[in-house]
Amino acid sequence: MRFVRRHLLTLYAILAFAYLLVPIGLVILFSFNNPTGRYNYTWRGFTLDHWRNWDGVPGLREAMTLSLEIALLASIVATVLGTLIALALVRYGFRGRGGTNLLIFLPMATPEIVLGASLLTLFLNLKVFLGFSTILIAHIMFCISYVVVTVKARLVGFDRSLEEAAMDLGANEWVTFRKVTLPLIAPAILAGALLSFALSIDDFVITYFNAGSEVTFPLFVWGAARVGAPPQVNVMGTLIFVVALGLMVLNVLLQRTREGRAAT
Amino acid sequence: MGFFHRHRGLTPYLLLAPGLAWLAVFFLVPLGFLAYQSLQSGSFDVAYAFDWSWGNYWDALQRYHEQLTRSIIYAGLATVFALLISYPLAYWIAFRGGRWKNLLLIMVIAPFFVTYLIRTLAWQTILADQGPVVGIFRDVGILGDGGRLLATSTAVVAGITYNFLPFMALPLYVSLEAIDHRLIEAAEDLYASRLQAFLRVTLPLSLPGVVAGTLLTFIPAAGDFINAELLGTPKQTMIGNVIQSKFLELGDYPSAAALSFTLMAVILVLIAIYARALGTEKLTG
Repeated sequence: MRFVRRHLLTLYAILAFAYLLVPIGLVILFSFNNPTGRYNYTWRGFTLDHWRNWDGVPGLREAMTLSLEIALLASIVATVLGTLIALALVRYGFRGRGGTNLLIFLPMATPEIVLGASLLTLFLNLKVFLGFSTILIAHIMFCISYVVVTVKARLVGFDRSLEEAAMDLGANEWVTFRKVTLPLIAPAILAGALLSFALSIDDFVITYFNAGSEVTFPLFVWGAARVGAPPQVNVMGTLIFVVALGLMVLNVLLQRTREGRAAT
Repeated sequence: MGFFHRHRGLTPYLLLAPGLAWLAVFFLVPLGFLAYQSLQSGSFDVAYAFDWSWGNYWDALQRYHEQLTRSIIYAGLATVFALLISYPLAYWIAFRGGRWKNLLLIMVIAPFFVTYLIRTLAWQTILADQGPVVGIFRDVGILGDGGRLLATSTAVVAGITYNFLPFMALPLYVSLEAIDHRLIEAAEDLYASRLQAFLRVTLPLSLPGVVAGTLLTFIPAAGDFINAELLGTPKQTMIGNVIQSKFLELGDYPSAAALSFTLMAVILVLIAIYARALGTEKLTG
């Protein structure tokens, strides 16, 4: 009985994994499809054409470039701002901690459509021109909280005696921060930056409200979906997926070797 | 650096200032503007003016209660399904994953690495009339001969469940993984059956994960409009679709703003009921 139950759970887990991964497989598979009409819905045979001709759809390259630019800038700014907040929260006692935590938490607990709509209301009322800068502002806003949470989690388990040692040896606060603290929390900062990048490049709802006439990659997909998305969209989706997955796996493996080294 | 030495008490505020200022200006202030907008009347062609038009809220509830109710039901169903799918999965990874835990976890959140819209389009393909699922369901008799999946409520709920599932699975995993196995062994030493040990030890200890997961899934799901748009028909319209079209297509800002706040209020009330039902002491303990 115990044997059966054990395998029942494993079977369930395998089915759940199938449910999670089959749609991804489909996205990748259909980047190699050779559709006859405009609709890339049914399998018509294997081709590498869309990978070779990834730039063959008007507007796709521009949309992808814009998404990458926004994601890069947004993740840099959000990572700096978020890391500073995380340092303050973990390192210092100060009045207003509860309010700060609430202000960090609320954007994550607000439906995206409300975030997007309220920002648009602000921009409309202040007559701000919608475009690159409004998209960037929005992306930095929703990334900050996630960076704070990610970096904070790592800072809590930080061994402060290392910093004290540096100070005892005559390093001042800034040198200690640069030479001891920063290298030690760098993985957490990097994780926050990667998360921001991923959130930014994937965001549709908030961008849709605040993009004006600019088109990011998700907005391009939205427009294309109405008339039948070309396989090149799947090519880009696959590329983003592979890069993101690769970075995650690399992170896990690096952690494992580091832990392995620490254990020996 | 001398400045910092002399004003140590200021350092945390200097660290906080830029980030919090950003959140205040681009998150809190916009909510204020949205509230202001929601109480205006007038028309898009002429102008909107603030005049405490509480009628916008009454109007929103009266005309769109159907979409509002539907959003809550769809989001609720999707949350339950996500919990049913993720709990055993997270449990399996946490207790049987061994050294592969982290890589298995990456597989769970893998859908997040595929652009949201693209993975929703993938569900269009899967659930399409010529697709494999409809074929099998018709053969087995779950669906009639002309039965469809795409453009039905089922498709929309399935899409929402899939899209937000990692939000459920991650907190569940974190709380299950943190459980001290000795507690379960102790329960079994004291002659609890495996089921009893699960119900009395594992499940209560994983409750914070369940709470976090359900909230993280329900909140974005209730505001979603992409699944209803891509997998449903106008009959499956959710409140997000209404807000979106009023804002971006019709220019009816006051009504759209009132609907946004109504949605937020409904979500907050439901969360309060949920927290009360579970008992706050269980959540914090």
